[in-house]
Amino acid sequence: MKKLILGLFMVILPALGLAAGAAVSLDDIKTDHTDKASLQRGVAMFTNYCMGCHSMEYARYKRVADDLEIPVKLYEENLIFTGANIGELMKNSMNKSMAADWFGAPPPDLTLVTRLRGESWVYSYLRGFYKDDSRPLGVNNVVFEAVGMPHVLVELQGLCAVKPNIGVKASVEPLSGNINNAEICPSYAIEGSMGAVEFDRAMYDLTNFMSYMADPIKVERERLGVFVLIFVAIFFVFAYLLNREYWKDIH
Amino acid sequence: MSKLIQWVDERLPIVEAWNKHLAKYYAPKNFNFWYFFGFLAMVILVNQLLTGIWLTMSYNPSAEGAFASVEYIMRDVQWGWLLRYLHSTGASAFFIVVYLHMFRGLLYGSYQKPRELIWLFGMLIYLVLMAEAFMGYLLPWGQMSYWGAQVIVNLFGAIPVIGEDLSLWIRGDYLISGITLNRFFALHVVALPIVLLGLVVLHILALHEVGSNNPDGIDIKKHKDENGIPKDGIPFHPYYTVHDLMGVAVFFFIFFIVVFFFPEMGGLFIEAPNFEPANPLKTPAHIAPVWYFTPFYAMLRAVTIDFFGLSAKFWGVVVMGGAIAILFVMPWLDRSPVRSMRYKGWMSRTALTVFVISFVILGYLGLVPTTVGRTITAQILTVLYFAFFILMPFYTRMEKTKPVPERVTG
Repeated sequence: MKKLILGLFMVILPALGLAAGAAVSLDDIKTDHTDKASLQRGVAMFTNYCMGCHSMEYARYKRVADDLEIPVKLYEENLIFTGANIGELMKNSMNKSMAADWFGAPPPDLTLVTRLRGESWVYSYLRGFYKDDSRPLGVNNVVFEAVGMPHVLVELQGLCAVKPNIGVKASVEPLSGNINNAEICPSYAIEGSMGAVEFDRAMYDLTNFMSYMADPIKVERERLGVFVLIFVAIFFVFAYLLNREYWKDIH
Repeated sequence: MSKLIQWVDERLPIVEAWNKHLAKYYAPKNFNFWYFFGFLAMVILVNQLLTGIWLTMSYNPSAEGAFASVEYIMRDVQWGWLLRYLHSTGASAFFIVVYLHMFRGLLYGSYQKPRELIWLFGMLIYLVLMAEAFMGYLLPWGQMSYWGAQVIVNLFGAIPVIGEDLSLWIRGDYLISGITLNRFFALHVVALPIVLLGLVVLHILALHEVGSNNPDGIDIKKHKDENGIPKDGIPFHPYYTVHDLMGVAVFFFIFFIVVFFFPEMGGLFIEAPNFEPANPLKTPAHIAPVWYFTPFYAMLRAVTIDFFGLSAKFWGVVVMGGAIAILFVMPWLDRSPVRSMRYKGWMSRTALTVFVISFVILGYLGLVPTTVGRTITAQILTVLYFAFFILMPFYTRMEKTKPVPERVTG
């Protein structure tokens, strides 16, 4: 038994090293691909604000419509701007080489971004823009230093005048009783149409949708996984009994 | 049915083969936990072959199409996601199982006379498996695929005189490109699997010629009954087939937890940078090979000094190659009169413990970026890794061994 434990320990030890890393502090988020309403708000947000520049070219419109329970007709009327058919890949009409001239690098495809950078990273990044006049576009991001992307959601969030509190927990000063870092952004240079809480919710929906896009089979995979494990467990019982039956005359 | 078997048997010795390798192959009755992994390696090999064949049907081995075709498999191909996760998880599972299988060999002296050839074929399997995994890792054409391959192929460039031409010949281009991808694909799906299957057959034929070792490391053929059957032996089939069936169930339970719930295994089995297509103009901040290569990668990086006018990189490659090569001569390094750790002395036990700890920590160090402290640690551990082998002829002869029982102890 001791050897067994040692063996298993040897196998999992390398995994422990991965806990370290990530230099920037992030706001953690837990996505939920079963929350269809959130995903529907997310796809609307993505199509209207992101897709002009960022494609999702490994995925198809039809799959999104089906998975998110959006009627095909409704999807075609409201969420396809390029004239593409519902069965096509989610490309956009931005020319990559021209985009490279405008932004320094072409806007990356975002199908897999949550698996590349992490869900919490995307959620924090979307909320991390602030005013910085030293940058060509007048904005910077606390999560992505010297970012080339403009603050597309400025009409919703507004523009924070100082670095927003991303990955910083609110704390109470023990002596004065003052609450520090209670708000993400203490002062705005431009006011947006959404309040801070409302905007966070919207960004949760957007990140949730992108997370779904990166791994669309996740819900089905985990559902099936439960049945597979139950099957293997029952199979083990029979294999165990068979083994015991054969081995009972071996001493 | 029996007529059909008779018909075939008159033309092909299937009954004889069945008896020789299964029904009348007598294996020691005291196999323990460590004896599951050979069979499990076969199960995974079958998994890799089957899922691999189906993946090939939808994969596109070109620099322009490879990455998109993997996403096509993940999204548009029916059950494609399952095929791919079974294959990617299977690759890591293969190495876990093979490492445990090799550790069993070290633990019970299964490489000792008369099983030297089994060990050598096993080592060749390990070598081909590493080549197979390395080439398969390029195929998704992600950032880490690309830069990992770049780093490893460049290692050949460290060989004096012929190095640069050699790495150019391997790549078929001045950098990793679609040409490299195409040849790695051919080797990964055709050439190496054929070699691998051939070696597995040889590994098992050699094993069945001399018979299996056991946790006591004693020869069960010394005590036979009146029918010439070893008293401590039992037919592989049905006893070990039903036994292994149970082991397979346990293995599948763990394997499917990963496949269905943690297919990336926190970035160990599928690394995050591989969710971005390969870009020859953008080097990732930190390039790490997949976990099963990291012990050797750590040894490569541990060599930081130039010797005899040759670069540290060259000596790093020598150390890395030597770390694998030295495993081949194991059967001739062990001079102990006994096989199993159960009867070896404290020196052998200590040496094996230190070796395993060194290997695991080196595996961790190969995964993380270097610092001065980590490099020094890796250097010490590399020395310990080699000391296990180089000092083996001495400590195995010097130490006092325990008396070995005549019959297996269970």
